[in-house]
Amino acid sequence: MRYIPTTEKDREAMLKSLGISSIEELFNDIPEEVRFRGELNLPPPQSEIEVLNSLRALAQKNADLDRYPSFLGAGAYDHLIPSAVQHILDRAEFYTSYTPYQPEISQGTLQAMYEYQSLICNLTEMDVANASMYDGATALAEAAILACGATGRGKALIARTIHPEYRQVTQLYLESRGLEAQYVPYDRGQVDLHSLKNNLDEDVACVLIQQPNFWGLLEEVEEIASLAHENGALFIVCVNPISLGILEAPGNYGADIAVGEGQSLGGPVAFGGPFLGFFAARDKFIRQMPGRIAGATNDAQGRRGFVLTLQTREQHIRRERATSNICSNQALNALAATVFLSLIGKEGLQEVANLCLQKAHYAYQKIVSIKGFAPLFTGAFFSEFPVRTPLPPEKINKALWERGIIGGLDLKAYYPELGPVMLFNVTEARTREDIDALAQVLEEVANE
Amino acid sequence: MNNSNEVPLIFEMSSPGRRGYEYPDCDVPSEKVTDLIPSRFLRKKAADLPELSESEVVRHFTQLSRLNYGVDVGFYPLGSCTMKYNPKINEDVAKFAGFQRIHPYQGEETVQGALKLMYELEKYLCEIAGLHRATLQPAAGAHGELTGLMIIRAFHRDRGENHKRQEIIVPDSAHGTNPASAAMCGYRVVEVKSNPRGGVDVLNLRKITGPQTAGLMLTNPNTLGLFEEDIVEIAHIVHQAGGLLYYDGANMNANLGISRPGDMGFDIVHYNLHKTFAAPHGGGGPGSGPIAVTEELEDFLPVPLVSMKDNSYYLDYDRPKSIGKVKSFYGNFLVMVKAYAYIRSLGAQGLLEVSEIAVLNANYLMRQLQKDYHLPFDRSCKHEFVLSAKKQKAKGVRALDIAKRLLDYGFHPPTIYFPLVVEEALMVEPTETESKETLDRFGKAMRKIALEAMENPEILKEAPHHTPLRRLDEVKAVKELDVNWYKRNPSSAM
Amino acid sequence: MYPEDLLYTKSHEWVKVEDDRAIVGVTSYAQDQLVEVVFVELPEEGKEVKAGDTVATLESVKAVADVYAPVSGKIIEVNKQLENQPELVNQDPYGEGWILVIEIAGEEELHTLMKVSDYQSLIENELKP
Repeated sequence: MRYIPTTEKDREAMLKSLGISSIEELFNDIPEEVRFRGELNLPPPQSEIEVLNSLRALAQKNADLDRYPSFLGAGAYDHLIPSAVQHILDRAEFYTSYTPYQPEISQGTLQAMYEYQSLICNLTEMDVANASMYDGATALAEAAILACGATGRGKALIARTIHPEYRQVTQLYLESRGLEAQYVPYDRGQVDLHSLKNNLDEDVACVLIQQPNFWGLLEEVEEIASLAHENGALFIVCVNPISLGILEAPGNYGADIAVGEGQSLGGPVAFGGPFLGFFAARDKFIRQMPGRIAGATNDAQGRRGFVLTLQTREQHIRRERATSNICSNQALNALAATVFLSLIGKEGLQEVANLCLQKAHYAYQKIVSIKGFAPLFTGAFFSEFPVRTPLPPEKINKALWERGIIGGLDLKAYYPELGPVMLFNVTEARTREDIDALAQVLEEVANE
Repeated sequence: MNNSNEVPLIFEMSSPGRRGYEYPDCDVPSEKVTDLIPSRFLRKKAADLPELSESEVVRHFTQLSRLNYGVDVGFYPLGSCTMKYNPKINEDVAKFAGFQRIHPYQGEETVQGALKLMYELEKYLCEIAGLHRATLQPAAGAHGELTGLMIIRAFHRDRGENHKRQEIIVPDSAHGTNPASAAMCGYRVVEVKSNPRGGVDVLNLRKITGPQTAGLMLTNPNTLGLFEEDIVEIAHIVHQAGGLLYYDGANMNANLGISRPGDMGFDIVHYNLHKTFAAPHGGGGPGSGPIAVTEELEDFLPVPLVSMKDNSYYLDYDRPKSIGKVKSFYGNFLVMVKAYAYIRSLGAQGLLEVSEIAVLNANYLMRQLQKDYHLPFDRSCKHEFVLSAKKQKAKGVRALDIAKRLLDYGFHPPTIYFPLVVEEALMVEPTETESKETLDRFGKAMRKIALEAMENPEILKEAPHHTPLRRLDEVKAVKELDVNWYKRNPSSAM
Repeated sequence: MYPEDLLYTKSHEWVKVEDDRAIVGVTSYAQDQLVEVVFVELPEEGKEVKAGDTVATLESVKAVADVYAPVSGKIIEVNKQLENQPELVNQDPYGEGWILVIEIAGEEELHTLMKVSDYQSLIENELKP
């Protein structure tokens, strides 16, 4: 086996030094009734080239976005990724290391974590950030749990305009812990403020919204923040980090906790994972935050260095009273985000946000001017927008795929009450040609 | 003062006007931003990201990487973490555009290869565990634990017993994630004691198990690296009381083709694909923590599962008893790709060899060290073993000092102070990917350190001496909390 | 190491009784086990507690220790100085490192606490290898 260096001779020498004649003797303590004596039913082993070919064959059965333009978003965004990002991730000192529990030989990971936390704080205008969560959905769920603990209240109000999967995850996390999840309906594509107001009572620990929301529309965040705070509830916002090149930062409109999906920051869509949950909060919540946090300090010779800090919050020390059970996180994805943000810089973030905004609005204008296609809501949006379709979205997507285009998301499964609706997303990675081609097929479909 | 290993922060290198990436020009008619979005939604002050050229960014992170130690650098016997070699081909295949650049909401007909991979990986994992079906959705081991506990809750609820079954039993030697996951799932945590042989104290287990028991979480081999010899009886006690058995798969590297958790009586198993199946740890993640379950629990698995109909694969959401979702989309797919490639490389024989050699290596090393370090449980270990620095403590040398001194010898130290049931614990997991020569070199260094502890303890207490930085002041890091550069440097904002 | 005029608990708190008030801290043994206290979580004043309830938490870099109420009653004062100077617990455990004051609900509970000699033999037992 090419990954095991032990030769027959080594094996014999080692057995001899142990005073035994076979490896089997080392397993003598396993009761016979649970000892597996058969052979696992797995495909036969493959050489490296065979593995490469098997996996390539599988990969080729997938329609990848190198070959087909896509207008899907909904939590996974196809952005341009500077080449240098992957090259840094390929440094084996980064990707083959463990959690930096030995800081003297982990300064690379630790300093990158500190830089990442700082960048997230700056993007969101929050005080503190952790080193990552599994994804945006679990970051949101953990934020709701933190809020319940911090306020001593047992209920989270969750906007129905939040990504359906994020809501599902948050609800499950809350209910597993004996906490309550209650949904706030929408009105014309935004949180129904009237209903929110009516549902705020002294059991409400937090109000959860997404900005831009699942449909890409903007929420009246300042008003929601005031409503939450007047009631003593925390305001938790799930943001799209790319949008923060243009949109106001959550820290500037009253968010107590800001979370989000960081896949857009240098990560591929990767069939949904690994992604990057980011989690940022006000100073006063730092001891209740989940996950790892890197902090600056000095070494014995007075040089600046970094360590994992506030570890007493975590499971390996506090066990059942830890702020969360999270251990492994998404460190390498956080590194990608750090490299990405360093590369695009201050100007780049504004540019990419503006490109998404402009292209999405160009696409929107083209699509809603086609007969039969109509805007579902009229509020301001960033890079995603829902459209009423003249035919079932399924049929439209089929027609698009026949022309080599991956269309928008059919919302039937998530909001059946809306009728035939598609959610389109346009990033800077789509060209005008792509958009025009999309519009042309939609027009043909509408005229059929 | 020697500052040679202090790397400036990326923020300290910033110079306004530089850039490391250029976006293409806007190829659609551009409108004024305020015409598209009301100004109340717009950012007033741009995020103050650093400004650098591509070469500066690359050099910065390359320099940082050189301050790190990884499996590709050297031996990494970190107990409980299975820091085995990460085959390069797995990294290559995970970069195929057909895996990296597919969207989770694409039509199923356009992602048949990805679905097939997931479908087959699920089958392999079920076969290795001796269980019925699996979800690949959890992002890490602890996430798998949480998912498993949610399934335990759903199972008892389905039987109308949830209200009375509110306790999860974990051994006093358990990983911290076990009690933390149980608490996150709303359970009361009850500890079962270890017996003098390092296993679960069966008498104590009997005493604390009852109609209030929802389940038991166990690692086997346990965190001392020892096989639970009474596993059949343990399973019987818990099942008899109506509880379920959860298997923490952190130590699965000892069991491939040797002993299957399903056959031991476990109802739920989580895997750490980033341990057992050679996906790299990435400096802390991403991992992947699939869980496999018995037929009885299949209905409760998160949605979607990948199923097959008419020769094509589909995402199966039609599962009314499912707990729902624990993560957006389907899990850490690219990590699954690496684990899949690994299993295809090794096959049944290769996986068996992995566990055999992992166990041989651990025993070989344990016996080399037992003269110089206290060995609390003198019996064959499995893939890892636990020493105690008790003898050295008498000289004022702690497990931490030994760990730090190992850095000077060029090794990553073992896990220290875990499990909690062993005083001054040093937990060593060599894995199967290390040569006899490496084990001998490590053994020699450990013996030399034991000698130093007796003759010159100061050299250990001040260790490490040869690393990029010396010991770091963790007290200062907590008391003078500095976790966000911008907070400390507000004036830099432009 | 262990002042004569104090009462002690098995969980290493000390109690100084002044009329109906119990001043509570942790012993020098306890603070030594924690090495360096970096954070003290204090309860709210006015809270009613029962003997054995967790009333405060001491943290070092890598460990957490609970402080239990030695007697039942109302917490009437907490040592706010510890918020900024947690190290006082190490430096002066019986003086400036005091943690809180409980207004004693019933004197009978005081009889359950240990005298210094008993506490000393408890420590000697714990320190046996």
